[in-house]
Amino acid sequence: MAKLSASRLPGILSDSVRHIISDWLTSLKASPDGRLPAAELEAQCESIVTRLAQACREGNLTDIDTSAFAPLRDVLADVSRTRALQGFSPTEAATFILSLKQPLFARLRIVLASDPERLASDIVTMSELIDLLGLFMMETFQRAREEVILRQQTEISELSTPVVKLWEGILALPLIGTLDSARTQIVMENLLDSIVRYEADIAIIDITGVPTVDTLVAQHLLKTVAAARLMGADCIISGIRPQIAQTMVHLGVELNVVSKANLSDAFALALRRLGKMVVNQRRAVPADPA
Amino acid sequence: MDRIPILKLGEALLVTIQVDMHDRLALALEEDLTTRIVEYSAKGVLIDISALEIVDSFIGRTLGNIAMIAKVLDADTVVVGMRPAVAITLVELGLSLPGVRTALNAERGMAMIKRRIDDGYPISEYEDEGGS
Repeated sequence: MAKLSASRLPGILSDSVRHIISDWLTSLKASPDGRLPAAELEAQCESIVTRLAQACREGNLTDIDTSAFAPLRDVLADVSRTRALQGFSPTEAATFILSLKQPLFARLRIVLASDPERLASDIVTMSELIDLLGLFMMETFQRAREEVILRQQTEISELSTPVVKLWEGILALPLIGTLDSARTQIVMENLLDSIVRYEADIAIIDITGVPTVDTLVAQHLLKTVAAARLMGADCIISGIRPQIAQTMVHLGVELNVVSKANLSDAFALALRRLGKMVVNQRRAVPADPA
Repeated sequence: MDRIPILKLGEALLVTIQVDMHDRLALALEEDLTTRIVEYSAKGVLIDISALEIVDSFIGRTLGNIAMIAKVLDADTVVVGMRPAVAITLVELGLSLPGVRTALNAERGMAMIKRRIDDGYPISEYEDEGGS
């Protein structure tokens, strides 16, 4: 049935490409968007409509997965991906392709004015086709957004687990952000590798940047401490904020590790354990006048 | 059957595991070591596992047992040279070897045992906490 009613559609589309593009652009420009330059919008509309007409000539109008629709799919995927990266909302991205219906139907109405029956069935066919294209665009849009999120996640986990050497044999591990199992794994591997590399005796885990410590996070911390101990390094936990200390006690979380309120106390303890001492010089060194 | 050699260094025993551990080898080591500790009245045992790439729960438990047995016989056990991957696996298995002292490498382990022998009292968990 689709084949039958579509028999004249490709012809109509090919003949009216110019009209449809200009109508569509007029309606799109009625609500201008600062993020998208007019020239780019025009180019996008033109290639979409041209390729749509071409695809209709060659392919089945009810199935957009065929090779005839491949060029159109490429353009749509490209458009929705750029929109996802530019920060468009899903509604804005979907409205773009759905707004093609209006000029398209208007054109069909003019051309098929004498044949109401054909007009109705053609409009249904076209509407379904545009819906399919809309869904396709949404899927690409979503995928592009997910890629962005995924990339940011890896970036964050790479950025937030540095191991710093404070002194000969003393390492510091300033943790930023919530500790989940995946991050604990990375943190643990980083720390253990650094213990071997720097031949460290003591590792200070600073949790000033950890927003909450619940039983799970505490367990992850303890795992890291236990692994470091197996490598022959002692751990000191520092930077437990007052609120977190309260929550931990209320939750019944126990960290059976040496803990200090801040990094400098922990560092002082680490130095003492290594038999080092920080002493005042007889006179403070005067500041450089230059 | 092959056995893991146990070397005597003064009052310390030195065990370096250079082959893949299997269960019977681990049990043999436990037995030999117990005998030697009594024989030489050793005060410290250093077990170097830097060549071990795989430590399963049984080997982990055996190391713990050796440490406990040695403790009963008044000797301290120091396990040295554990690889990061092995440490992570053991922790994930829930074996954090609480009774075993650890050190990064053989040199530091030896220093630890030497200190214990010189001082004459066992290495405590927080030996150098003093004054904090």
